[in-house]
Amino acid sequence: MIDQLAESRNYLNDDYRFRSWLLTTDHKRIAIMYMISITLFFFVGGAAAVLFRLELMTPKGDLVLAETYNKLFTLHGVIMVWFFLIPSIPTVLGNFLLPLMIGARDLAFPKLNLLSWYIFMLGGAVTVWSIVAGGADTGWTFYTPYSSTYANTNVILMAVGVFISGFSSILTGLNFIVTTHTMRAPGMTWFRLPLFVWAHYATSVIFVLATPVLAITLFLIVLERGFGIGIFDPKLGGDPLLFQHLFWFYSHPAVYIMVLPSMGVVSEIIPCFARNRIFGYKFIAFSSLAIAVIGFLVWGHHMFVSGQSMYASMVFSFMSMLVAVPSAVKVFNWTATLYKGSISLETPMLYSLGFIGLFTLGGLTGLFLAALAVDVHVTDTYFVVAHFHYIMVGGAVMGYLGGLHFWWPKMTGRIYPEWWGRLSAGIIFFGFNLTFFPQFVLGYLGMPRRVHQYVDDFQVLNVMSSAGASILGVGYLLPLAYLIWSLRYGKRADPNPWHAKGLEWQTPSPPPKLNFTQTPIVTEEAYNYPPAPAPKKQAMS
Amino acid sequence: MSATTAHLAHQFDDAEQQFAAAELGMWLFLSTEVLLFGGLFCTYSIYRLWYHAAFVAGSQRLEQVLGTINTAVLLTSSLSMALAVHAAQTDDRRGIVRNLVFTIFLGCMFLGIKGYEYRQKFVEDLVPGPNFSLTADQPNDNSREGRRDKNNRAGQPPYRAPSQTTLTTEPDVGRVELFFSFYFAMTGLHALHMIVGIGMLGVLLVGASHGAFTPEYHTPVEMIGLYWHFVDIVWVFLFPLLYLIR
Repeated sequence: MIDQLAESRNYLNDDYRFRSWLLTTDHKRIAIMYMISITLFFFVGGAAAVLFRLELMTPKGDLVLAETYNKLFTLHGVIMVWFFLIPSIPTVLGNFLLPLMIGARDLAFPKLNLLSWYIFMLGGAVTVWSIVAGGADTGWTFYTPYSSTYANTNVILMAVGVFISGFSSILTGLNFIVTTHTMRAPGMTWFRLPLFVWAHYATSVIFVLATPVLAITLFLIVLERGFGIGIFDPKLGGDPLLFQHLFWFYSHPAVYIMVLPSMGVVSEIIPCFARNRIFGYKFIAFSSLAIAVIGFLVWGHHMFVSGQSMYASMVFSFMSMLVAVPSAVKVFNWTATLYKGSISLETPMLYSLGFIGLFTLGGLTGLFLAALAVDVHVTDTYFVVAHFHYIMVGGAVMGYLGGLHFWWPKMTGRIYPEWWGRLSAGIIFFGFNLTFFPQFVLGYLGMPRRVHQYVDDFQVLNVMSSAGASILGVGYLLPLAYLIWSLRYGKRADPNPWHAKGLEWQTPSPPPKLNFTQTPIVTEEAYNYPPAPAPKKQAMS
Repeated sequence: MSATTAHLAHQFDDAEQQFAAAELGMWLFLSTEVLLFGGLFCTYSIYRLWYHAAFVAGSQRLEQVLGTINTAVLLTSSLSMALAVHAAQTDDRRGIVRNLVFTIFLGCMFLGIKGYEYRQKFVEDLVPGPNFSLTADQPNDNSREGRRDKNNRAGQPPYRAPSQTTLTTEPDVGRVELFFSFYFAMTGLHALHMIVGIGMLGVLLVGASHGAFTPEYHTPVEMIGLYWHFVDIVWVFLFPLLYLIR
């Protein structure tokens, strides 16, 4: 009787008032609020991309002025990096799933979690305000002395927006670390944690240790513009390059903030759809931590041509090569998990396989850029643009969409239309490659980034890229449409539609307000999928 | 027993778990603060290494006596904060209130002295910006006539580079300005943390005077105590870096 009641009451229908959402401390509701917010930001950033891809259809600068173009790519970068990619998986899927996966009723600090959403929205509001007021044209990197002395745009406002949103990242990371340490259910030892939790733990370490450095850097930029204190001003002896050091000390690890959670998602999806135990659990877990740690020591590879000491560059080059090792460890382990699995290609699996392919390409081209001599040739060209889009869009966004489809039944209690899911996964994969692969070629041939016109020879590749972008745009609009459609018309989901392992699947879909009717007790390893029976046992004996 | 369960949030199983979470959370927060200040300390150290003479010259314009008094004030406030935590642990309600009031008083005193120092720097034209000048009463610009006279009336002694730095070349004014940029950015950020801390102590004080804290539950006192000690420690590093070392 009580069980039936608990099943019909869940976190979504517990209270319908608007106020109950705005004042909620339920991690699941906050995750939904984050999902709606970052989706809005995603389409704002995407709109800017549409405009400059249109501009780049022709060699002449005929659609927008150079100044407008600069503002557009700045808007695109700032919104996409800080208001979509960095919060995407941690604040939506991480927020929703971390307590469920470790068998907790909520995060350790639910009010802080809500506060972090409000801080995020405040930062977003200030940034949007800076855009409405005319935008900034420094690029998302805010390089000095342009940003501090010469730019005549709303740099202060935009920097303040990013500064504010940083505190929401810090609070989220802090919350995740404390939750993982103190809130695990009985029997949930560290090595029984899903790899998604390990990935989020590593991500949170970066959130907590890197974001404050961005905060102080932007603080100095604002002081410099507002009061002319001169820390980055060569006239007084300040060093503009120092800004780059401080900025990339945050912003390179930030790339791992984007991709590590995606790796966590893929580590959940692949065993489920290969019906296989994950291969090398501990290697994947520790490689997440290794990426987080080594990721802090590679920032100098953004400054190979900025007049940094040659010896520093050599060390940074070596460290950048080194960070590829734990990334490759993961790729090999996922591939080994597929080996002799009984694979089925549902939408989440398609996204995960897409992730592995695109991430591998992005990672390998990252090695080109880590090599000192090659980097000199391709610095500030479209090669760099293509490389980081393969990681940030091909990696992070594919992981986010894969995870969103995988856990959609859990989050909403509805099944999305599978056929449409597969179609859009295919369209996104195709559109993505058509958009960004030509950019590798363009960059290798020498087309610089961040300019609104180019020589005629580059037009064919640019038109390919713009065409791909329009396909990619359709690919992103499709899930928006059918996922919303499924909320009303989708089939109702049972607690475990994928027959997956993990505590989150042992509670109803959508989960009740306090996640579990009684605290679960964990007695087995993660990913205890039925082993492919006969051949393995023979091999053992 | 009921006192402990009354403060237990729904997501925790017991008071120990709740306290462990709060403590770990606070330490993590302080580690982010270390990195926030760390960015400034790191930048300061680099420039100090590059522009040693100018930074020494700038440092000599600071009031060592006031800095020392402030250090003593802040260290004493850490003591009274620790006593407040102790009073909370031993159920000495009047002790909590008394020590919190004393801590707030010392915090405000620190800010007052800091404010006086800022005012002095303003009068001496040592605030970075277009009016920055090391030689407030040597004519180098006609438009400064009036202000110079005012400075003389205020009895400011003319600045002379001290002997050990005159051995090298005269420090570049721009580099000294950079020193004062750091001085204001670092002590300003620290003062901001003090103001936030005093605000939180005020909230604690209201709670404590209503008897909100018991030996079973006084997590907020301990956590804000940790924060206060942290702010204190930041000053323990700021003081020698800015005032003392040559």
